[in-house]
Amino acid sequence: MSVCTIATSETIRTNDSPTPLVSLRGITKRFPAVVANDHVNLDIFGGEVHAILGENGSGKSTLMKVLYGYYRADEGEVLFEGKPVLLESPLDARQLRIGMVFQNFTLVPAFTVAENVALFLPKLKIRLNLKTIASKIREVSEKYGLNIDPKAYVWQLSMGEQQKIELIKLLLAEARVLIFDEPTRVLAPHEIENLMQVFGQLKAHNYAVLFITHKLREAFASADRLSVMRRGALVGTLMRDEANEPRVISMMFGTEPPAIQRDGSKVDEEATPVLELVSVTTSGAAGELHLKDVSLVVRPHEIVGIAGVSGSGQKEIGDVILGLLPHKGVKRFTTHEASRWPIGRLRQHGLSVIPENPLWMGVVGSMTVTENMALADRARYAGRGGLSMNWTAVQQDTAKYQERSRIPMPNPAVAAETLSGGNLQRLVLIRELGQHHKLVVAFYPTQALDLPTAVAARQLLVQARDEGAGVLLISEDLDELFTLSDTILVLCGGRIAGRFRAEETTRDTVGHLMTGSVG
Amino acid sequence: MSSVVTLSKPFYSRFSRHRDTLLAAGAPIVIALVGFAIVLEAYGKSPIATYRDVLQGTFGSVRGFTEVLVIMIPLMFCALAVAIPARIGMLNVGAEGQLYIGAIFAAYVPLNWPGLRLQFMLPLMTLAGFLGGGLWAGLSGYLRAKGLLSEVLSTLLLNSVAGFGLQYLVFGVWHDPNSSNFPQSKPYPEAAVLPHIGSGRLHIGFMLALAGVALFWFVLQKTRWGYEMRAIGGNPEAARRSGIPISWYIVLLFVIGGGIAGIGGMAETSAIQGRLRPGFSSSYGYIGFLISWMSAHNPVLIVVMSFLLAVITSGRDVLQITQNLPGAAVNILMALILFVVLARRGRKPEET
Repeated sequence: MSVCTIATSETIRTNDSPTPLVSLRGITKRFPAVVANDHVNLDIFGGEVHAILGENGSGKSTLMKVLYGYYRADEGEVLFEGKPVLLESPLDARQLRIGMVFQNFTLVPAFTVAENVALFLPKLKIRLNLKTIASKIREVSEKYGLNIDPKAYVWQLSMGEQQKIELIKLLLAEARVLIFDEPTRVLAPHEIENLMQVFGQLKAHNYAVLFITHKLREAFASADRLSVMRRGALVGTLMRDEANEPRVISMMFGTEPPAIQRDGSKVDEEATPVLELVSVTTSGAAGELHLKDVSLVVRPHEIVGIAGVSGSGQKEIGDVILGLLPHKGVKRFTTHEASRWPIGRLRQHGLSVIPENPLWMGVVGSMTVTENMALADRARYAGRGGLSMNWTAVQQDTAKYQERSRIPMPNPAVAAETLSGGNLQRLVLIRELGQHHKLVVAFYPTQALDLPTAVAARQLLVQARDEGAGVLLISEDLDELFTLSDTILVLCGGRIAGRFRAEETTRDTVGHLMTGSVG
Repeated sequence: MSSVVTLSKPFYSRFSRHRDTLLAAGAPIVIALVGFAIVLEAYGKSPIATYRDVLQGTFGSVRGFTEVLVIMIPLMFCALAVAIPARIGMLNVGAEGQLYIGAIFAAYVPLNWPGLRLQFMLPLMTLAGFLGGGLWAGLSGYLRAKGLLSEVLSTLLLNSVAGFGLQYLVFGVWHDPNSSNFPQSKPYPEAAVLPHIGSGRLHIGFMLALAGVALFWFVLQKTRWGYEMRAIGGNPEAARRSGIPISWYIVLLFVIGGGIAGIGGMAETSAIQGRLRPGFSSSYGYIGFLISWMSAHNPVLIVVMSFLLAVITSGRDVLQITQNLPGAAVNILMALILFVVLARRGRKPEET
């Protein structure tokens, strides 16, 4: 393709300029059986933060990938500074100085920040001049408040810092249009706040920042304009001051989601707990996080929410409960001392788990959806002592679970690895919450879900609680924790930093305890 | 802007999955045959004449074809020994050693109780062969399950140990005084020789191997254990978190795999050699590894690929006789196939 003259910062117009930096005109992208983008028009200006809102499958990712040259549109055109351009590959987009930060980072953990950035830059010299690159990294890091040390190794860095490296790569490659695909999904609350500040800095330096999200709060907090997509079409673009929550929600979904129904009963403090951890302490390599003196109790008819910044010990608590992590202290499951029980036995006694990463921990990608439905309950479907598997029974149970959960089920015949993140989460939710369990351990149960399904999933947790299960809910979404929990525990640095009845505390208190800013 | 026709992956693969599998398995052989033709050409031999001779030597006569089937037997046993642990992601590079130990354990029976009747002798030898190979591989499985030692290293290194163990026995305590300088055991009694099919060297080990393949297919596709194996192979972390006892499976499948190689060693020494001899295996364990990976550990393909590689292996003699090539020349062809198979495995499927 022919590359147009590359815009320098002087030629970039500002928000009020009539010529947008990039315009999408009538973009249509069809996949077999679905129109992912349906005649979408969108203008992007330099010096603006633009949020693309929509539920899963509404076509926002596809649209951004068209803009990045990753997909080719079936119809429509892309104008760069008013002139039509042909985007046939990400390479073309990069030459037009359009860059994208994907959800999955492409970093080499064993390399330093500078080495990783060097890998990305074009015209890599045989002899690396890492010093120059390091000083450039320091320069942009300072300019946009990124606070990244070029000499740090990537494996030492948090997700938020890794995301910033991806941003630095684009900045050093002189991108002007920066696309972020669900950037807050992997971030802890304070990292999100920090990212919003970075967006502000980038805007001030005339970059065009586009970010995909389905969280209204983030869009309202940082965007100048909000574009809402629904079923492949762009429903509309609002200026920040025109937008309010009910209006945007009705644009996203057509209707407002129903409120959570609960029976309002109190937790019986005398009831025998379904799960009890007493002074649980784990050990690990130096520098790794371990649990220190963690005690918690989950009773029947109770949702215990665990609040905490990501990496405060949530995974470790889950691993202790599952028996994957050796520990000191007592672990009681119903009336049994279960410290040495294998997972299979815990599961047979009524443990259900919604893992933090469904594709890694909960689902076998190469198997079909139906095969995955039987994964946690294999003994039940094995016939003739194990010589056969009763797949009809699995399908019948799946239908039953789905009825109960009111969550739409992905196609049962396809391999799980072909499912989107939202559908994977649905599969796990239906499997783990479809029948009654004594204890439900739910990690980020509404991650990757569109709002109606997220509401259904929350309802399902409350239903499990009302029917007598104990629920341990691990979430970073304070709204979710406060809506659902009877009891809230705050986890910070592997310790329980606070313990409250949900109605007796505030977001502020919990937020401060999460970050350790107030004792 | 031009439009592109893109078929999504599941849509595409639904129609061509079987053709793809065959292509994926067959392509390495074709590429390797072309590569080997260049080697032959460089050696001053006509590739066409050579391939023709091999085909004539193997398909041209009943005797030649029977010989191919005879070689298939240890190859199928060894391929199963590799494929079974491979289904849960474990690499068994030790089929060769497991073959030896199986042969040694099996030899213990006729050498110590030569008077046993056939209906006791053969089952006992089969059991001993299974036990020998199973324990030998089970050791590697145990070390791996405990997280102490990579199964690749232990299975590979134990091959040499098994080979030396066999040598020690046939040079020492089990040496046949009547064969003076030949390192071999006394010949087995009649009852310790597997019955042959027809008049040639083909023996009922062939049926045993096919039964093994069929059982492998059945367990894998139909049973709860096969389902659990596929889950571990597909995603060990999810399998573990669903309560599947992975360590237990690692040990068990190494024992079963090694045991099957052990039966292969029993069958080969009993039916073909009639006594315990070192060097009864022409690298069958390693060729079995190759077969298993070429077939993607798929039972049906294991039979097909065993047949193909048996043709190549028996082509070794043909090359020596008709083309005056060293028999080891075939190893170049095997190495080429392995190379292509590994190269294809390294290529990751494109993301959509």
